[in-house]
Amino acid sequence: MLRVVGSDPALGVHLRAWCRGAGHVFSDEPAESYQIARGLAEQQRWTGAERAGGAAPTDIVRRPPAHWGLAARGALVEAGGPGPSFDLDDRDVVWADLAPRLYAHAAAAQWDPATAVDWGAGTDLPDDIETAVVQVMTYLVENEQAAMVIPARLLARVHPHFREVQQLLAVQAADEARHLEVFTRRALSTGRPMGTSSAGGRESLNTLLMEPDFSLASFLLSVLGEGSFLSLLGFLDEHAPDPVTRQVTRLARVDEARHVAFGVAHLEHQAALDPTLKGRLRAAVERRHDSLTDTAGLNADVFDALIILAAGSWEPEAIRRGHAAVRALHDAMDEGRRQRLTRLGFPADEAAELSALHTRNFM
Amino acid sequence: MPGTTLLMGAVAYDPKVVTIWEGFRHYLAGKGLPFDFVLYSHYERQVEDLVDGRLDAAWNSPLAWLRAQRLAAARGRTVRSAVMRDTDQDLTSVVVVRADSAYAGLGDLQGQVMGVGAVDSPQATLIPLSHLRAAGIRPDEDVVVHRFDVGVGLHGDHIGGERDAARALVAGEVEAACMIDGNHLLFSQEGTLPAGATRVLAQTEPYDHCNMTLVDTAPTDLAEEFVELLLAMSYADPQVRPLLDLEGLKVWRPGRDIGYTALDRAVTQTGFYDERGGLTAKEYIP
Ligand SMILES: [Fe+2]
Ligand SMILES: [Fe+2]
Repeated sequence: MLRVVGSDPALGVHLRAWCRGAGHVFSDEPAESYQIARGLAEQQRWTGAERAGGAAPTDIVRRPPAHWGLAARGALVEAGGPGPSFDLDDRDVVWADLAPRLYAHAAAAQWDPATAVDWGAGTDLPDDIETAVVQVMTYLVENEQAAMVIPARLLARVHPHFREVQQLLAVQAADEARHLEVFTRRALSTGRPMGTSSAGGRESLNTLLMEPDFSLASFLLSVLGEGSFLSLLGFLDEHAPDPVTRQVTRLARVDEARHVAFGVAHLEHQAALDPTLKGRLRAAVERRHDSLTDTAGLNADVFDALIILAAGSWEPEAIRRGHAAVRALHDAMDEGRRQRLTRLGFPADEAAELSALHTRNFM
Repeated sequence: MPGTTLLMGAVAYDPKVVTIWEGFRHYLAGKGLPFDFVLYSHYERQVEDLVDGRLDAAWNSPLAWLRAQRLAAARGRTVRSAVMRDTDQDLTSVVVVRADSAYAGLGDLQGQVMGVGAVDSPQATLIPLSHLRAAGIRPDEDVVVHRFDVGVGLHGDHIGGERDAARALVAGEVEAACMIDGNHLLFSQEGTLPAGATRVLAQTEPYDHCNMTLVDTAPTDLAEEFVELLLAMSYADPQVRPLLDLEGLKVWRPGRDIGYTALDRAVTQTGFYDERGGLTAKEYIP
């Protein structure tokens, strides 16, 4: 029994009304005094409440129930309530032990596009070279779009119990947002219109968007696609005709390395638990290859632009060198893919075979 | 299907009424009770259908309960208040004035304008005006009654009339306003009544509000099961808790009919209904 005293003249009126709403028993006997007997509702509310696993990443559960929903991991969760459908709710499908560390690393490595790039550095290039830069940037923006949308979509499906995976995907999407910004800004820096976007290129990216399976999407995007982009961005860094192009591709490459690392770590973790995974990965590559067979592959304008950038001019000798450099880029991409496939447990011959089936659009 | 399903009436004073009774229907069906509900746009038709036996039960406002009693008595039927929410018991209404006004008691309101709720609001019109009469002040003669008719036919379930009266008080259009105690708290919290701007001039005795009315033509076994299932609903049950929260209670209590004396007196004084439950209220078109 709680006795309440106070100086507000409306205390009795309000206390009576408040007690009624809260399920407590109000009494104004004896006169001029107010007493409250506690109702049961608040204690009843917490019967059947349970902890949503442990707060630490080591205390995650395998299958968090839907009704834990948005609750903080480790919180005491009232029974009942909505059961939002986060369909990626299996630790063995979404989790990687590396995720918390990778997230911390990613959060610390965020750079500011306004200051990380020396935008004042000259981009005064011959017309053909500038046009090639604009074409490559146009292509990169298109690919970054896919790379941003896919983790964002996956993120919205991951059960919040696996918070570090969500955080990592969120930062990954934010990374791509910055990539979009700097590539767009470089493309427009000399006032030229954007380059071309081919149906074949978008077709290739569309097959990534259409992949609903978390592991397969992560495999096709991060391991194979962003993996190939590591080589491409390295190539652009090496052959950049101006400091701004060099800086933006270099900054993006550091982020991409992290995206690839999570993809590989996550699939390594999963391959160890699921012996059928490799077969499914293989089938995904083959399926995607088949669906892209009759498309044009890499935009020819992009291919030409890469050669021009490596060549530096239209001189036949330069073009020969440029062409060789782009061939070497293809080889480097292939080599990188085979290495990563081997890490996931594919034998060398199978890795080579699958790498060869990867999209000609690079991503 | 009379006799095979317990049929309850409720008034759709708000869209959430559908959600509430759909939820109860689902819950009760899960417990094995064939239960269905009919929604009405106002209480008068619901009460008539109840006493005519077209309904077995009705979720009744206090005014609807009194009319059900009068109608039933006139036809040799009986109705009973079977269950109530904990929040339906021991409510009070208050007469509120501006804090800086000079009024020290109800008698000081002589000749002034007083804001009340809708014509059929028990808590904001009928009971407070009856309280005034008991203090020797005749509404419409000693004070000017300004009615805020929002949701007429809903027996005061719509909060709009009380809120409009509160606003008019703050705006200086009326000298006093009547409302239920909980709404004085709510209006103070939401800022309709600025903090410290009003004070309570008078408070009525506690009275009761809604109840689940059962008519004697209802199939006895189904009616008993219905009451038992409601009384057994526990706030500790996570399936039940959202329903109780939505309907605004923590626990169902056995119904009682002792808390309607003040309203019954008001109904008789104003001739709101006649003794046989006839609709005789002036300026009342539900
Ligand atoms: Fe990127
Ligand atoms: Fe990326």
